[in-house]
Amino acid sequence: MIHSLFIINTSGDVFMEKHWKSVIPRCVCDYFFDAQRKANCSEDIPPVITTPHHYLISVLRNSVFYVAVCLTEVPPLFVIEFLHRAVDIFVDYFGECTEATIKEHYVVVYELLDELLDNGFPLATESNVLKELIKPPNILRSIANTVTGKTNMSVTLPSSQLSNVPWRRAGVKYTTNDILLDLTEEVDAIIDKSGATVTSEIQGYVDCWARLSGMPDLTLSFTNPRLLDDVSFHPCVRLRRWEDERVLSFVPPDGNFRLLTYHISSQSVVALPVYVRHNISFRDTAAGKMDITIGPRQTMGRTIENVKLELPMSKSVVSCNLTATQGKYSFDPVTRVLMWDVGRVDPSRLPNIRGNLSLLSGAPPPESSPTISVQFTISQLAVSGIKVNRLDIYGEKYKPFKGVKYATKAGKFQIRT
Amino acid sequence: MTTTSMDMTGYGGSERSSGVGDTDYAGDVASGGIFTSDYKKYDDLKQMLDSNKDNLKLEAMKRIIGMVAKGRDASELFAAVVKNVVSSNLEVKKLVYVYLVRYAEEQQDLALLSISTFQRALKDPNQLIRACALRVLSSIRVSVIVPIMMLAIKESVMDMSPYVRKTAAHAIPKLYSLDPEQKEELMQVLERLLNDNTTLVMGSAVMAFEEVCPERIDLIHCHYRKLCVLLVEVEEWGQVVIINMLTRYARTQFRDPNRGDNKSTARGDTSTNFYGEENDDEDTENPSPPPLDPDHRLLLRNTKPLLQSRNAAVVLAVSQLYQHIAPSSEASEVVRAMVRLMRSHRETQAIVLSNIASITTQRKGLFEPHLKSFFVRSSDPTHIKVLKLEVLTNLATESNISGILRELQTYLGSSDKQFVAATIQAIGRCASSISSVTDSCLSGLVTLLSHRDECVVGESVVVVRKLLQTEAVPHKDIIKHMARLLPSIRIATARASILWLLGEHCEKVPNIAPDVLRICAKSFCSEEDSVKLQILTLATKLQLSNPQQTVLLCQYVYNLAKYDANYDIRDRARLLRAVVLPSTGDAPSIFTANAKGLFMAYKPPPQHQSTFKDREQFQLGTLSHFINARASGYKDLPDFPEEAPDPTVRSVPEFADSVSPKHKTVKKTSKTAKKFYSSGSGESEDESDESSDEESESSKNDDGSKKESDCSSTSSSQEEDSGSSSDEEESSSSSSSSDSDEESSSSEEDSSGNAKQEQQFESSAKKPVSGKPTKSVESKTKSNLDMLLSLDEVPPSIDTPMLTPSMGGFLPVGAEPSTTTPGVSGPVAAAVAPGYTYELLNRVASGGLAIKATFTRSPHLYCPKMATVQLSFTNYSDEIIHSISMETSDSKLFHPFPSLSNLAVGNTAHATLGVDFCDSSQSASLGILADGRRHGVAIAPRVGELVAPTRMDEATFTQHQGSLRGMHEQTKSGLKLSKEAELQDLVAPLLTAANLWLLQHPQSIRLCGKTLSGGSVVLVVVTVADGEARLTVHCEKLTVASMLLKELAHVIDSL
Repeated sequence: MIHSLFIINTSGDVFMEKHWKSVIPRCVCDYFFDAQRKANCSEDIPPVITTPHHYLISVLRNSVFYVAVCLTEVPPLFVIEFLHRAVDIFVDYFGECTEATIKEHYVVVYELLDELLDNGFPLATESNVLKELIKPPNILRSIANTVTGKTNMSVTLPSSQLSNVPWRRAGVKYTTNDILLDLTEEVDAIIDKSGATVTSEIQGYVDCWARLSGMPDLTLSFTNPRLLDDVSFHPCVRLRRWEDERVLSFVPPDGNFRLLTYHISSQSVVALPVYVRHNISFRDTAAGKMDITIGPRQTMGRTIENVKLELPMSKSVVSCNLTATQGKYSFDPVTRVLMWDVGRVDPSRLPNIRGNLSLLSGAPPPESSPTISVQFTISQLAVSGIKVNRLDIYGEKYKPFKGVKYATKAGKFQIRT
Repeated sequence: MTTTSMDMTGYGGSERSSGVGDTDYAGDVASGGIFTSDYKKYDDLKQMLDSNKDNLKLEAMKRIIGMVAKGRDASELFAAVVKNVVSSNLEVKKLVYVYLVRYAEEQQDLALLSISTFQRALKDPNQLIRACALRVLSSIRVSVIVPIMMLAIKESVMDMSPYVRKTAAHAIPKLYSLDPEQKEELMQVLERLLNDNTTLVMGSAVMAFEEVCPERIDLIHCHYRKLCVLLVEVEEWGQVVIINMLTRYARTQFRDPNRGDNKSTARGDTSTNFYGEENDDEDTENPSPPPLDPDHRLLLRNTKPLLQSRNAAVVLAVSQLYQHIAPSSEASEVVRAMVRLMRSHRETQAIVLSNIASITTQRKGLFEPHLKSFFVRSSDPTHIKVLKLEVLTNLATESNISGILRELQTYLGSSDKQFVAATIQAIGRCASSISSVTDSCLSGLVTLLSHRDECVVGESVVVVRKLLQTEAVPHKDIIKHMARLLPSIRIATARASILWLLGEHCEKVPNIAPDVLRICAKSFCSEEDSVKLQILTLATKLQLSNPQQTVLLCQYVYNLAKYDANYDIRDRARLLRAVVLPSTGDAPSIFTANAKGLFMAYKPPPQHQSTFKDREQFQLGTLSHFINARASGYKDLPDFPEEAPDPTVRSVPEFADSVSPKHKTVKKTSKTAKKFYSSGSGESEDESDESSDEESESSKNDDGSKKESDCSSTSSSQEEDSGSSSDEEESSSSSSSSDSDEESSSSEEDSSGNAKQEQQFESSAKKPVSGKPTKSVESKTKSNLDMLLSLDEVPPSIDTPMLTPSMGGFLPVGAEPSTTTPGVSGPVAAAVAPGYTYELLNRVASGGLAIKATFTRSPHLYCPKMATVQLSFTNYSDEIIHSISMETSDSKLFHPFPSLSNLAVGNTAHATLGVDFCDSSQSASLGILADGRRHGVAIAPRVGELVAPTRMDEATFTQHQGSLRGMHEQTKSGLKLSKEAELQDLVAPLLTAANLWLLQHPQSIRLCGKTLSGGSVVLVVVTVADGEARLTVHCEKLTVASMLLKELAHVIDSL
């Protein structure tokens, strides 16, 4: 399966390598660098690169490449999914996973990689299990360690590490028991020039933050479960119970985890919470005009916050001279991206930005207008209308604190102009 | 690379912890790391490793690992590091392991020094240490230790910890790659692992199978159903491997479900067993589906829920399985899940899209409803955009083409030129595949010819050329227009296309073509090779069609080509000249005569087809499919066999039956499960327990003999009862007593017992499966047992004890289970079974149908809260009763028996019903439908049937007794006994009346159990003094306690 892994930064430095079978010289990465050079941006590097003897399967996360080397036929998605999972685990351990954090915690990373795969085949990928084996670093402990001279490693290995619920460690104990649910929906949409919706869909997920003692058995039900017809679950969810009764019954892992993801497809009608009125025009005289207004559409009385607009301009635009009624704008002369950070939208005074765009002298006006990408957040609203009905706990005597938070965000929300 | 001087400073960790311990010393080393030579630095590290402070060792190891991680050579330190393999500090040890695995290959001799440490660790009581030792040992790629590895693997395969067994499975391919000659022996080990029913092990075992001996598909037969049924429980990575393997398996073992004809109905006869309903459903949808092999169906049904996995690889694996082996009517099941995956990371998207593109070339309709999900977003990376275009083009039909074209049109404005070029090609493909839009597309493309961007123009020229080729009617204007563009176009392919087009249609544009040739001849030398070749072609064609105007030009071009740098062009020129312009001396050859036919022949139009068309040969989801080339190690997916091989090879009979999808197993200890399935052996075990107890007591107890006779009488009556009660029990009761002994010793605490039992299971599974019914039932029992042992989707409720992997203690083999280990409590089989029987429905009242209800006292399969009631239907009427089924208002309280068909006159049939009485003696009413007539009946339990026996030891009993005081305790004293009655005489009647477990106690009778539904502990104590008995019942549930008191008092009284 996976023979070796190289971790590479965007400038082409191999700063970590791990081999699960025999050692593969790192010159194999040259093929990757070739592909990197050929691609316009790092996103464009193909996920699978064929070399005469090896296959390089790579993922890009946080401007770090994780390049797995395989020698034989393997389902590529298997490798990709594993690499992403590995990065997710690093994030879980260190809070973020950048080049700096990997370098800082290189021993833990190396140990993790050693536990994750055995002979190139995943061995333990549940973060609950891994945390039993290798303690995640935290500030408090590292201070304590410096004082007491102890290490991150648990001195005795847990004897019954593999509890009968593989995703949950045994013997969890908290003084206060909390379970928080974050229900987030991301709205993806393409809106055409005239303001008509080309396609819109919702990607929702429920993230769980569980600090519950013992072996709680939870049951979560929704008021309108029929909305959820395209769902994927964390392995802890009992699929059969869902199919029969449309309730989620599960023994949660300890800590953070994504309970379910759902998708409301483009076939159903999605109410879009914002609209954008835009007018971008270029004249032949090396200049253009721009006027953009953003406003709320269907928000059920909630305010739209953290609104940001991003316009990747054509290469011939040199500078912008704009005035915004609200928020700040910036134009990056290298990438030619115009950012407008609007903030909160007040329905009585709609934010507007207008002004002139100046073009490279002598360049013809760009034939295409930019596509506007919109970011926003609406808290306490799930745009699909899904609602948690109740969350019950069985198997434990205590009454935990339960909380649900809803939020709607823009996913890939694009407006063609 | 600049790493050499930077390495130590790059890692903050080393600096931070350098303050620990010996500050001066550590500080020295840190600075030395930067400035001194490599030799010196290693010296310091060696010193640190040799010191007796764990801190320093750890520090040194961390740095060394840092070097290894950066890919720097640290092999010099091997000797110094390996010494520390015996370190007591776990972290040091672990890092040494990591180091060892990396460098052992290079320093084979030194590596051997560490082997004994691993051999010792393989016997460690901690499962993690055993697993870790095996993992490292097997990763050391030194061929000398092959025999040691083999031995270690063989031992670990029998380990009681599934984690260790999983590691053993991983070690198999490692050993195989080290020494392929061990294949035969490894396969034996592998067979043993495949027999393992723990879900943790299964995925890895199949992975090892795929690596070592994928061709031995016959090894899978007897595990096929198990794999299918337990698939949902396997960890996600294992699922992918298993699904891929099963796809291949299904391709070799089942017939093509999409084959129109359905000749062999012989295969269908088994398909009605337990999938009868399913088949009916299909019948309504599809008039005549070819009957699927039930195992084929089983696979499809059990993989479908996995489409909801969070792991994209699993979803794609299921999708490819459905595409490759499902009937085409069911292929659509996977569509939504695949579309959902597209929202994932870009790498996932790329793989999924390429698979979708491949599917859409064959099955257009599947993804059409999701057309909009494939619309391109400006933020997508280019390769994703191109793949989406591919899918959109594949999906284009008459009805949706206008939408697609509108969408494609907007893409033309994109700033990503590669994408625009792909869009133009896509438009061209749409135009050629859908005739109604050809003209509008063509005109659109022609307008693009005057686009400002050169790439766009170039691409459009190529596409237009292809389109014109397919079009029967020549578009003279377009050709003229393109000829006019020629001077301004610099892209080689476009120029070549125009030249070719002119040559092909030179007769239709007689004035333009020679002029173009003239212009091109001028610039011949500066053209690209592909254009030069086209100029030659154009010249030749013109020379043939219009010699008087062009013969000189043609000769000129040939002469230029003759001295070209490219040999291809020189060759071509020579060939053309010989054919078209033979030197005057020669006789006109046959080629010259037919030159026009050679060069101006009709050429078939190019096919505008998806580039994914040729990927059909590869299995979806594979690496080979994605790269569209045969990856090393790729195995072709075999075609379905014409005639399915013998389906009986898979039968480990009733396995799938007993674990039907509705079945919700509940975690119970192994005891119950076993007892339930083979109650006969369970009883004999209890007897043996008892008798051994008796023997020990007989010295004290005068009435030993009497008691023994008592016991034997009960047991004989039991045997009779159980014999009549169910066929299953009957057959299993014949299993040997040694068998039951082993089973009895396999409580969770007893490792040796477990191992033994496994061994035994293997031996039973090795026996030919088509053997006698006893054997089949036996193996079935075991597989169910292991299902219970493995994790299933069961609410781990508190009242049932958790199955925690044992501590790995090596208890002596013959150790008495449970009775010697304190704190054990767990359900056991009924001491007296079955319970009472009564008539549920009188033959007179019903008009011929009599129903008897028997409480079998075994836990119900569906839910442990249910009491199992066996119904015996007897037909006393003169006609056959055609169907018997039941109806209930509350499905939660009942688990209905499967409906019976055809009860012949005078016959008796049995069915098992599960009833949850909710710990009350109120009768449960239900309706029995016999031939459409409804008979209302009520099942009234005695209170003794509402409890289930639970094994407890003395201490637990007393503890429970202590906690159930006050109103939970009810006592009745002064029960008169007949004169000669002894305490022990009361045991049998009491056990008959109440389904409890007898805890041996010299002075009193102690019975214990739990209520079925609520799981509350029930304790009964009977003491005898002066011919009077005193009866005490403890139970949290007051009604149960009082009723049980009344009932048992009555029993004692009546003696």
